[in-house]
Amino acid sequence: MANAYLELTDVGIDFPTDKGLFCALQNVNLRLDKGEFVSLIGHSGCGKSTVLNIVAGLYRATSGGVILDGREVDEPGPERAVVFQNHSLLPWLTCYENVELAVRQVFRGRKSKAEMRAWIEHNLELVHMTHARGKRPSEISGGMKQRIGIARALAMQPKVLLMDEPFGALDALTRAHLQDSLMEIHAELGNTVIMITHDVDEAVLLSDRIVMMTNGPAATVGDILHVELARPRERMALAHDARYHEYRAAVLEFLYQRQQRPAA
Amino acid sequence: MSNPAVAKPIAETLKSGRQARIRRWLPSLIMPVVGVLAFLLFWQLVAGNIQTSLGQFPGPVQVAEQFDGLVDAHLRERDRAAAFYERQEQRNAERLAKDPTAEVKIRPYTGKPTFFEQILTSLYTVMTGFAIASLVAVPLGIVCGLSKPVYNAINPLIQVFKPVSPLAWLPLVTMVVSAVYVSDNPLFAKSFVTSALTVALCCLWPTVINTIVGVANLDKDLTNVSRVLRLSPLSHVRRIVLPAAVPMIFTGLRLSLATGWMVLIAAEMLAQNPGLGKFIWDEFQNGSSNSLGRIMVAVIAIGLIGFALDRIMLLLQRRVSWDKNADLR
Repeated sequence: MANAYLELTDVGIDFPTDKGLFCALQNVNLRLDKGEFVSLIGHSGCGKSTVLNIVAGLYRATSGGVILDGREVDEPGPERAVVFQNHSLLPWLTCYENVELAVRQVFRGRKSKAEMRAWIEHNLELVHMTHARGKRPSEISGGMKQRIGIARALAMQPKVLLMDEPFGALDALTRAHLQDSLMEIHAELGNTVIMITHDVDEAVLLSDRIVMMTNGPAATVGDILHVELARPRERMALAHDARYHEYRAAVLEFLYQRQQRPAA
Repeated sequence: MSNPAVAKPIAETLKSGRQARIRRWLPSLIMPVVGVLAFLLFWQLVAGNIQTSLGQFPGPVQVAEQFDGLVDAHLRERDRAAAFYERQEQRNAERLAKDPTAEVKIRPYTGKPTFFEQILTSLYTVMTGFAIASLVAVPLGIVCGLSKPVYNAINPLIQVFKPVSPLAWLPLVTMVVSAVYVSDNPLFAKSFVTSALTVALCCLWPTVINTIVGVANLDKDLTNVSRVLRLSPLSHVRRIVLPAAVPMIFTGLRLSLATGWMVLIAAEMLAQNPGLGKFIWDEFQNGSSNSLGRIMVAVIAIGLIGFALDRIMLLLQRRVSWDKNADLR
């Protein structure tokens, strides 16, 4: 089998607690091809974010490891850009400066000042946020902040884009807008993406594959669903697509029958 | 507005809107005036009933008179100094005219410093001490906030030295300065160095503690952003930590400056260092019938200057604060 672009092999992680080691993840295996869009779905507390943080390099796996494009992941870096759930923009910088911080750090010595400026503008345009370039995060809406967060991540030209419930805190309409933007960007740039979500519709709409995780402790990959819907996908057209509903039902069945949420 | 039935309610609405605005603003303008007037009245009444060995305790009127007297004294002293320099220049010119090779000495005027000169000395001293303290406290706070082991090592020292009164430090600082700061042509007076260092020692702590809290409570997500971007430790501090902690650092600086100003007056009184504290002590020792009034002038001046210093810090804080929604007061 050819080497995958991003490969997680037998990843496990233990956290020290007062009652001894807590095994959060065990034997997580996952292979992503270049340009693939994969969602991680599962009940809260099942370790989805932990998987993402291990790929990001923010956590170190206790066992197993991650290989991206032939190199082991052992520390965080801009080639694995993260879009955080609560945007994590620096509140004292404008939208432009937030993206600039990333661009200056990643392309230092490789791009001229003018090229950097053009690249920042290009990424702001990609998320339709050029109009807010001079605004501070506190002056724009939650959806806009998340767009800037995505622009910042994209501007790092990452090999894989990691999104930790990027739209979780947004209202349904804003979320739909951002999903459309994300599909647009993915179609244009062909990024490799891992996205965590709670939203079954979002997972089916956006993903090539949906990775469904079992409940912790010692959570692992329960099942993987291939979503073979043709792209570009249209939200309205899919609403009447029988296959779309089948995929949806499959995910729901996994979440609510096979992995019943432990008493919440 | 041809329809009077409509026009009238609108006019009334506008009027009541104006009234509401006035009702909202008036208390915030009137009440401070009422408070101050009530205090002055109370002061005048009470002062009339207090007899001291230096005469009656001064009321607001007597204090205002003493203030005028101090202004006059200051102006007189300035005239005297100007006259002194004029005479000196004239003498030197005459001497040079007789003998062009004569050595001409220019001596500074050595009159007694006036109240206003004492104020300037105090301000200069407190600013120096505050600057020294800030230059130490902010970097120290950042290091302690970033590193738990360093914090654990330094925290006991902070907790023990923080409650120490300036008066306890003063003899030690005086002796150390006399022993260490030895120079034939000193740039600063020893008394100035002693006061400034005492101020610095005492106003170090609020800034250190607040900076530590500000840095240690840095949002974990922002740290993660920094890690993903692989910012160097220096740019991590400069681009992420410092701006994030600025609001807390300023809270500390404001507390420090207020502490420093209080400490300075006490230090000047006890150590006979030039400044407002010495002015008060001198007046107390002087024991004339004007002394209590003059001391009261100094007390009010100290209060007003402390208030002004805090306002200046608040303005600075508003300028540098990125969180424009924060209610800074």
